Amino acid sequence: MRLLTHNMLSSNIKGVVNGFPLRIEAEKVLEKNVEMNSDFLKKMFEKIEWKAFVEASRGMGYTELPEEADSSMLDSDEFLNRFHHALLELHLEEGALVCPETGRRFPVRKGIPNMLLHEDEV
Amino acid sequence: MASHKTAQIRLVSSHDEVYEPCDDSFALVDALLADRTNLLEHHPTLCMEIGCGSGYVITSLALILGQEGSGVNYIATDINPHAVKVTHETMEAHGVNAELIITDIAAGLENRLAGMVDVMVVNPPYVPTPEDEVGSEGITSSWAGGENGRSVIDRILPVADNLLSKKGWLYLVTLTANNPSEICGEMRKKGYASKIVVQRSTEEESLHIIKFWKDLDNEIEEINDQSPTGFMGSLLAQIPLLSLWRSKQ
Repeated sequence: MRLLTHNMLSSNIKGVVNGFPLRIEAEKVLEKNVEMNSDFLKKMFEKIEWKAFVEASRGMGYTELPEEADSSMLDSDEFLNRFHHALLELHLEEGALVCPETGRRFPVRKGIPNMLLHEDEV
Repeated sequence: MASHKTAQIRLVSSHDEVYEPCDDSFALVDALLADRTNLLEHHPTLCMEIGCGSGYVITSLALILGQEGSGVNYIATDINPHAVKVTHETMEAHGVNAELIITDIAAGLENRLAGMVDVMVVNPPYVPTPEDEVGSEGITSSWAGGENGRSVIDRILPVADNLLSKKGWLYLVTLTANNPSEICGEMRKKGYASKIVVQRSTEEESLHIIKFWKDLDNEIEEINDQSPTGFMGSLLAQIPLLSLWRSKQ
Protein backbone atom coordinates (compact mmCIF):
# COMPACT_ATOMS: atom_id res chain seq x y z
CA MET A 1 0.00 0.00 0.00
CA ARG A 2 1.33 3.36 -1.07
CA LEU A 3 0.79 6.62 0.77
CA LEU A 4 -1.32 7.74 -2.20
CA THR A 5 -3.83 5.12 -1.12
CA HIS A 6 -3.42 5.90 2.57
CA ASN A 7 -4.38 9.49 1.79
CA MET A 8 -7.61 8.29 0.17
CA LEU A 9 -8.65 5.82 2.89
CA SER A 10 -10.85 6.47 5.91
CA SER A 11 -12.22 4.28 8.66
CA ASN A 12 -15.88 3.75 7.83
CA ILE A 13 -17.00 1.95 10.97
CA LYS A 14 -20.62 2.76 11.78
CA GLY A 15 -20.83 5.82 14.01
CA VAL A 16 -17.28 7.04 13.34
CA VAL A 17 -17.45 10.74 12.45
CA ASN A 18 -13.81 11.46 11.70
CA GLY A 19 -12.15 8.35 10.35
CA PHE A 20 -9.31 10.18 8.60
CA PRO A 21 -6.36 9.93 8.61
CA LEU A 22 -5.73 6.35 9.64
CA ARG A 23 -2.63 6.06 11.81
CA ILE A 24 0.10 3.89 10.31
CA GLU A 25 1.70 1.09 12.30
CA ALA A 26 4.60 -0.02 10.15
CA GLU A 27 6.25 -3.40 10.64
CA LYS A 28 7.81 -3.63 7.19
CA VAL A 29 8.24 -0.88 4.60
CA LEU A 30 9.46 -1.52 1.06
CA GLU A 31 10.86 0.92 -1.47
CA LYS A 32 10.20 0.31 -5.16
CA ASN A 33 11.49 2.67 -7.81
CA VAL A 34 8.94 3.93 -10.27
CA GLU A 35 9.26 6.38 -13.13
CA MET A 36 8.31 9.93 -12.19
CA ASN A 37 5.57 11.81 -14.00
CA SER A 38 5.40 15.45 -12.92
CA ASP A 39 1.94 16.01 -14.46
CA PHE A 40 0.58 13.25 -12.28
CA LEU A 41 2.23 14.75 -9.20
CA LYS A 42 0.84 18.20 -9.97
CA LYS A 43 -2.68 16.81 -10.38
CA MET A 44 -2.44 14.77 -7.20
CA PHE A 45 -0.96 17.60 -5.16
CA GLU A 46 -4.31 19.40 -5.20
CA LYS A 47 -6.04 16.32 -3.81
CA ILE A 48 -3.56 15.30 -1.15
CA GLU A 49 -4.28 16.16 2.47
CA TRP A 50 -0.74 17.35 3.17
CA LYS A 51 -0.66 17.14 6.96
CA ALA A 52 -1.91 13.55 6.92
CA PHE A 53 0.60 12.77 4.16
CA VAL A 54 3.57 14.11 6.11
CA GLU A 55 2.50 12.27 9.23
CA ALA A 56 2.05 9.03 7.28
CA SER A 57 5.46 9.38 5.63
CA ARG A 58 7.03 9.74 9.08
CA GLY A 59 5.16 6.64 10.19
CA MET A 60 6.97 4.90 7.34
CA GLY A 61 10.34 6.27 8.42
CA TYR A 62 10.65 9.03 5.79
CA THR A 63 11.29 12.48 7.20
CA GLU A 64 12.25 14.56 4.15
CA LEU A 65 8.85 16.16 3.45
CA PRO A 66 8.29 19.79 4.48
CA GLU A 67 5.75 20.39 7.24
CA GLU A 68 3.72 22.61 4.94
CA ALA A 69 3.53 22.79 1.17
CA ASP A 70 1.92 25.01 -1.43
CA SER A 71 1.62 24.67 -5.19
CA SER A 72 4.53 27.05 -5.90
CA MET A 73 6.84 24.32 -4.55
CA LEU A 74 5.92 22.12 -7.50
CA ASP A 75 8.40 24.12 -9.57
CA SER A 76 11.24 22.68 -7.49
CA ASP A 77 12.70 19.39 -8.75
CA GLU A 78 13.91 18.58 -5.28
CA PHE A 79 10.40 18.92 -3.88
CA LEU A 80 8.90 16.89 -6.74
CA ASN A 81 11.42 14.09 -6.16
CA ARG A 82 10.56 13.90 -2.47
CA PHE A 83 6.81 14.10 -3.14
CA HIS A 84 7.12 11.37 -5.78
CA HIS A 85 9.16 9.15 -3.49
CA ALA A 86 6.79 9.45 -0.54
CA LEU A 87 3.62 9.18 -2.63
CA LEU A 88 4.50 6.29 -4.94
CA GLU A 89 7.74 4.57 -3.96
CA LEU A 90 7.17 3.78 -0.28
CA HIS A 91 5.03 0.71 0.35
CA LEU A 92 3.58 -0.41 3.63
CA GLU A 93 4.15 -4.14 3.22
CA GLU A 94 3.25 -5.35 6.73
CA GLY A 95 1.53 -3.46 9.50
CA ALA A 96 -1.80 -1.90 10.26
CA LEU A 97 -3.98 1.14 9.71
CA VAL A 98 -5.54 2.36 12.93
CA CYS A 99 -8.88 4.15 13.12
CA PRO A 100 -8.20 7.54 14.77
CA GLU A 101 -11.50 7.48 16.63
CA THR A 102 -11.94 3.89 17.82
CA GLY A 103 -8.42 2.48 17.68
CA ARG A 104 -9.67 -0.43 15.54
CA ARG A 105 -6.77 -1.89 13.59
CA PHE A 106 -7.16 -2.70 9.88
CA PRO A 107 -4.38 -5.16 9.04
CA VAL A 108 -2.05 -4.71 6.07
CA ARG A 109 -0.61 -8.01 4.88
CA LYS A 110 1.64 -8.43 1.83
CA GLY A 111 0.96 -4.81 0.98
CA ILE A 112 -2.82 -5.19 0.96
CA PRO A 113 -5.03 -3.42 3.52
CA ASN A 114 -8.09 -5.29 4.69
CA MET A 115 -10.87 -2.77 5.28
CA LEU A 116 -13.65 -5.34 5.74
CA LEU A 117 -15.82 -4.59 8.76
CA HIS A 118 -17.22 -7.01 11.31
CA GLU A 119 -20.99 -7.39 11.37
CA ASP A 120 -21.38 -5.16 14.43
CA GLU A 121 -19.36 -2.37 12.77
CA VAL A 122 -21.53 -1.97 9.66
CA MET B 1 5.69 -7.82 -22.65
CA ALA B 2 4.75 -4.36 -23.85
CA SER B 3 3.65 -5.80 -27.18
CA HIS B 4 0.71 -7.56 -25.55
CA LYS B 5 -2.29 -5.31 -25.40
CA THR B 6 -4.18 -7.35 -22.84
CA ALA B 7 -3.47 -9.79 -20.04
CA GLN B 8 -2.43 -13.27 -21.13
CA ILE B 9 -4.47 -16.15 -19.80
CA ARG B 10 -1.38 -18.27 -19.14
CA LEU B 11 -0.13 -15.57 -16.76
CA VAL B 12 -3.43 -15.10 -14.92
CA SER B 13 -3.18 -16.58 -11.43
CA SER B 14 -5.98 -18.67 -9.92
CA HIS B 15 -7.51 -19.99 -6.72
CA ASP B 16 -10.48 -22.30 -6.02
CA GLU B 17 -12.41 -19.41 -4.48
CA VAL B 18 -11.73 -16.86 -7.25
CA TYR B 19 -13.72 -16.35 -10.44
CA GLU B 20 -11.62 -17.19 -13.49
CA PRO B 21 -11.66 -14.99 -16.59
CA CYS B 22 -14.74 -15.98 -18.56
CA ASP B 23 -16.94 -14.66 -21.39
CA ASP B 24 -17.97 -11.61 -19.37
CA SER B 25 -14.34 -10.72 -18.53
CA PHE B 26 -13.35 -11.12 -22.19
CA ALA B 27 -16.30 -8.99 -23.33
CA LEU B 28 -15.30 -6.22 -20.91
CA VAL B 29 -11.68 -6.25 -22.07
CA ASP B 30 -12.87 -6.30 -25.70
CA ALA B 31 -14.93 -3.20 -24.90
CA LEU B 32 -11.81 -1.49 -23.50
CA LEU B 33 -9.86 -2.48 -26.61
CA ALA B 34 -12.66 -1.24 -28.88
CA ASP B 35 -12.50 2.07 -27.01
CA ARG B 36 -8.69 2.09 -26.78
CA THR B 37 -8.09 5.24 -28.84
CA ASN B 38 -10.64 7.18 -26.78
CA LEU B 39 -9.15 5.86 -23.56
CA LEU B 40 -5.66 6.96 -24.55
CA GLU B 41 -6.90 10.43 -25.55
CA HIS B 42 -8.84 10.63 -22.28
CA HIS B 43 -5.54 10.78 -20.32
CA PRO B 44 -6.93 9.29 -17.11
CA THR B 45 -5.01 9.92 -13.90
CA LEU B 46 -6.72 7.38 -11.65
CA CYS B 47 -8.41 4.21 -12.88
CA MET B 48 -10.33 1.83 -10.68
CA GLU B 49 -11.85 -1.61 -10.78
CA ILE B 50 -14.52 -2.66 -8.30
CA GLY B 51 -14.53 -6.45 -7.92
CA CYS B 52 -11.18 -7.26 -9.54
CA GLY B 53 -11.46 -11.08 -9.20
CA SER B 54 -8.57 -12.74 -11.06
CA GLY B 55 -7.12 -9.36 -12.05
CA TYR B 56 -7.56 -10.07 -15.76
CA VAL B 57 -9.43 -6.83 -16.46
CA ILE B 58 -7.38 -4.33 -14.42
CA THR B 59 -4.15 -5.90 -15.75
CA SER B 60 -5.43 -5.48 -19.29
CA LEU B 61 -6.41 -1.88 -18.61
CA ALA B 62 -2.93 -1.19 -17.20
CA LEU B 63 -1.33 -2.76 -20.29
CA ILE B 64 -3.54 -0.62 -22.54
CA LEU B 65 -2.95 2.69 -20.73
CA GLY B 66 0.53 2.29 -19.23
CA GLN B 67 1.85 2.83 -15.71
CA GLU B 68 3.22 5.58 -13.47
CA GLY B 69 5.56 6.94 -16.14
CA SER B 70 2.49 7.58 -18.28
CA GLY B 71 0.89 9.38 -15.36
CA VAL B 72 -1.71 6.70 -14.64
CA ASN B 73 -2.34 4.91 -11.36
CA TYR B 74 -4.73 2.07 -10.61
CA ILE B 75 -6.83 1.06 -7.64
CA ALA B 76 -8.66 -2.26 -7.45
CA THR B 77 -10.95 -3.66 -4.77
CA ASP B 78 -12.61 -6.97 -4.03
CA ILE B 79 -14.58 -8.22 -1.06
CA ASN B 80 -12.88 -11.62 -1.42
CA PRO B 81 -9.34 -11.60 0.06
CA HIS B 82 -8.33 -14.55 -2.16
CA ALA B 83 -9.31 -12.53 -5.24
CA VAL B 84 -7.17 -9.57 -4.20
CA LYS B 85 -4.21 -11.90 -3.68
CA VAL B 86 -4.76 -13.51 -7.09
CA THR B 87 -5.05 -10.07 -8.72
CA HIS B 88 -1.74 -9.12 -7.13
CA GLU B 89 -0.09 -12.24 -8.60
CA THR B 90 -1.63 -11.68 -12.03
CA MET B 91 -0.46 -8.08 -12.16
CA GLU B 92 3.01 -9.00 -10.99
CA ALA B 93 3.27 -11.69 -13.68
CA HIS B 94 2.54 -9.00 -16.28
CA GLY B 95 4.93 -6.44 -14.79
CA VAL B 96 2.16 -3.98 -13.89
CA ASN B 97 0.77 -2.86 -10.55
CA ALA B 98 -2.27 -1.41 -8.84
CA GLU B 99 -3.14 -0.39 -5.33
CA LEU B 100 -5.22 -3.27 -4.00
CA ILE B 101 -7.71 -3.10 -1.17
CA ILE B 102 -9.87 -5.78 0.40
CA THR B 103 -13.18 -4.01 0.91
CA ASP B 104 -16.89 -4.11 0.17
CA ILE B 105 -17.29 -2.20 -3.13
CA ALA B 106 -15.36 0.99 -2.19
CA ALA B 107 -15.99 1.23 1.55
CA GLY B 108 -13.33 3.41 3.15
CA LEU B 109 -12.63 5.27 -0.10
CA GLU B 110 -15.87 7.13 -0.58
CA ASN B 111 -14.95 10.33 1.27
CA ARG B 112 -11.46 11.03 0.05
CA LEU B 113 -11.57 9.45 -3.41
CA ALA B 114 -14.83 11.20 -4.36
CA GLY B 115 -14.68 12.86 -7.78
CA MET B 116 -11.21 11.52 -8.60
CA VAL B 117 -11.69 8.40 -10.71
CA ASP B 118 -11.39 9.00 -14.46
CA VAL B 119 -12.02 5.44 -15.62
CA MET B 120 -13.93 2.79 -13.69
CA VAL B 121 -14.45 -0.79 -14.83
CA VAL B 122 -16.97 -3.10 -13.17
CA ASN B 123 -17.87 -6.71 -13.89
CA PRO B 124 -20.38 -7.05 -11.05
CA PRO B 125 -22.06 -10.15 -9.62
CA TYR B 126 -25.04 -9.99 -11.99
CA VAL B 127 -26.52 -13.49 -11.89
CA PRO B 128 -30.11 -13.56 -10.55
CA THR B 129 -30.04 -15.57 -7.29
CA PRO B 130 -31.96 -15.78 -4.03
CA GLU B 131 -31.26 -12.61 -2.06
CA ASP B 132 -29.57 -14.47 0.82
CA GLU B 133 -26.73 -15.63 -1.46
CA VAL B 134 -25.60 -12.06 -2.07
CA GLY B 135 -22.35 -11.12 -0.33
CA SER B 136 -21.57 -14.71 0.67
CA GLU B 137 -17.96 -15.52 1.25
CA GLY B 138 -15.61 -16.72 -1.45
CA ILE B 139 -16.43 -17.25 -5.09
CA THR B 140 -20.20 -16.90 -4.58
CA SER B 141 -19.65 -13.17 -4.06
CA SER B 142 -18.35 -12.96 -7.63
CA TRP B 143 -21.65 -13.90 -9.24
CA ALA B 144 -24.58 -13.88 -6.79
CA GLY B 145 -26.62 -10.82 -7.74
CA GLY B 146 -29.91 -11.29 -5.90
CA GLU B 147 -33.23 -10.36 -7.46
CA ASN B 148 -32.82 -9.80 -11.23
CA GLY B 149 -29.08 -9.83 -10.49
CA ARG B 150 -29.42 -6.21 -9.46
CA SER B 151 -28.70 -6.17 -5.70
CA VAL B 152 -24.99 -5.42 -5.96
CA ILE B 153 -25.24 -3.40 -9.20
CA ASP B 154 -27.76 -1.09 -7.52
CA ARG B 155 -25.32 -0.55 -4.64
CA ILE B 156 -22.39 0.06 -6.99
CA LEU B 157 -24.06 2.69 -9.21
CA PRO B 158 -24.32 5.48 -6.57
CA VAL B 159 -20.75 4.69 -5.43
CA ALA B 160 -19.54 4.98 -9.02
CA ASP B 161 -21.39 8.28 -9.37
CA ASN B 162 -19.69 9.56 -6.22
CA LEU B 163 -16.17 8.44 -7.16
CA LEU B 164 -16.14 9.38 -10.84
CA SER B 165 -14.52 12.67 -11.80
CA LYS B 166 -16.32 15.20 -13.99
CA LYS B 167 -14.76 13.54 -17.02
CA GLY B 168 -15.15 10.05 -15.54
CA TRP B 169 -16.20 7.03 -17.56
CA LEU B 170 -17.74 3.81 -16.27
CA TYR B 171 -17.68 0.52 -18.16
CA LEU B 172 -20.23 -1.89 -16.70
CA VAL B 173 -21.00 -5.51 -17.59
CA THR B 174 -24.72 -6.32 -17.55
CA LEU B 175 -26.94 -9.23 -18.40
CA THR B 176 -30.30 -8.87 -20.18
CA ALA B 177 -31.97 -10.13 -16.97
CA ASN B 178 -30.53 -7.07 -15.16
CA ASN B 179 -32.76 -4.82 -17.30
CA PRO B 180 -29.94 -2.69 -18.73
CA SER B 181 -32.30 -0.07 -20.16
CA GLU B 182 -33.57 0.58 -16.63
CA ILE B 183 -29.96 0.87 -15.39
CA CYS B 184 -29.32 3.43 -18.14
CA GLY B 185 -32.47 5.27 -17.07
CA GLU B 186 -31.29 5.37 -13.46
CA MET B 187 -27.92 6.69 -14.55
CA ARG B 188 -29.59 9.21 -16.85
CA LYS B 189 -31.29 10.68 -13.75
CA LYS B 190 -27.80 11.15 -12.26
CA GLY B 191 -26.74 12.97 -15.45
CA TYR B 192 -25.02 10.18 -17.37
CA ALA B 193 -25.29 9.38 -21.03
CA SER B 194 -24.68 5.78 -22.05
CA LYS B 195 -23.94 3.54 -24.97
CA ILE B 196 -23.42 -0.15 -25.60
CA VAL B 197 -19.78 -0.76 -26.47
CA VAL B 198 -19.98 -4.54 -26.84
CA GLN B 199 -22.93 -6.86 -27.07
CA ARG B 200 -22.39 -10.59 -26.95
CA SER B 201 -24.68 -13.59 -26.74
CA THR B 202 -23.33 -16.85 -25.43
CA GLU B 203 -25.19 -20.12 -24.93
CA GLU B 204 -26.07 -19.12 -21.41
CA GLU B 205 -26.40 -15.37 -21.38
CA SER B 206 -26.67 -12.19 -23.36
CA LEU B 207 -24.08 -9.67 -22.21
CA HIS B 208 -23.89 -5.94 -22.75
CA ILE B 209 -20.91 -3.80 -21.87
CA ILE B 210 -22.28 -0.31 -21.30
CA LYS B 211 -20.17 2.81 -21.13
CA PHE B 212 -21.46 5.72 -19.04
CA TRP B 213 -20.15 9.27 -19.06
CA LYS B 214 -21.35 12.55 -17.60
CA ASP B 215 -23.53 14.41 -20.02
CA LEU B 216 -22.90 17.86 -18.60
CA ASP B 217 -25.28 19.71 -20.95
CA ASN B 218 -28.25 17.63 -19.92
CA GLU B 219 -27.46 17.55 -16.23
CA ILE B 220 -28.89 21.04 -15.75
CA GLU B 221 -32.15 19.94 -17.35
CA GLU B 222 -32.37 17.04 -14.94
CA ILE B 223 -31.91 19.24 -11.89
CA ASN B 224 -34.90 21.37 -12.96
CA ASP B 225 -36.87 18.28 -13.76
CA GLN B 226 -39.34 18.38 -10.88
CA SER B 227 -42.54 19.34 -12.71
CA PRO B 228 -44.92 16.76 -14.29
CA THR B 229 -43.97 18.07 -17.74
CA GLY B 230 -40.36 17.68 -16.77
CA PHE B 231 -40.99 14.07 -15.83
CA MET B 232 -42.62 13.44 -19.21
CA GLY B 233 -39.69 15.21 -20.81
CA SER B 234 -37.25 12.89 -19.14
CA LEU B 235 -39.31 9.88 -20.22
CA LEU B 236 -39.30 11.19 -23.78
CA ALA B 237 -35.57 11.71 -23.59
CA GLN B 238 -35.20 8.00 -22.90
CA ILE B 239 -37.27 6.87 -25.86
CA PRO B 240 -34.43 6.73 -28.39
CA LEU B 241 -32.49 4.63 -25.92
CA LEU B 242 -35.43 2.34 -25.24
CA SER B 243 -36.11 1.85 -28.94
CA LEU B 244 -32.43 1.14 -29.44
CA TRP B 245 -32.69 -1.55 -26.80
CA ARG B 246 -35.72 -3.08 -28.53
CA SER B 247 -33.97 -3.18 -31.86
CA LYS B 248 -30.96 -4.85 -30.26
CA GLN B 249 -32.92 -7.56 -28.55
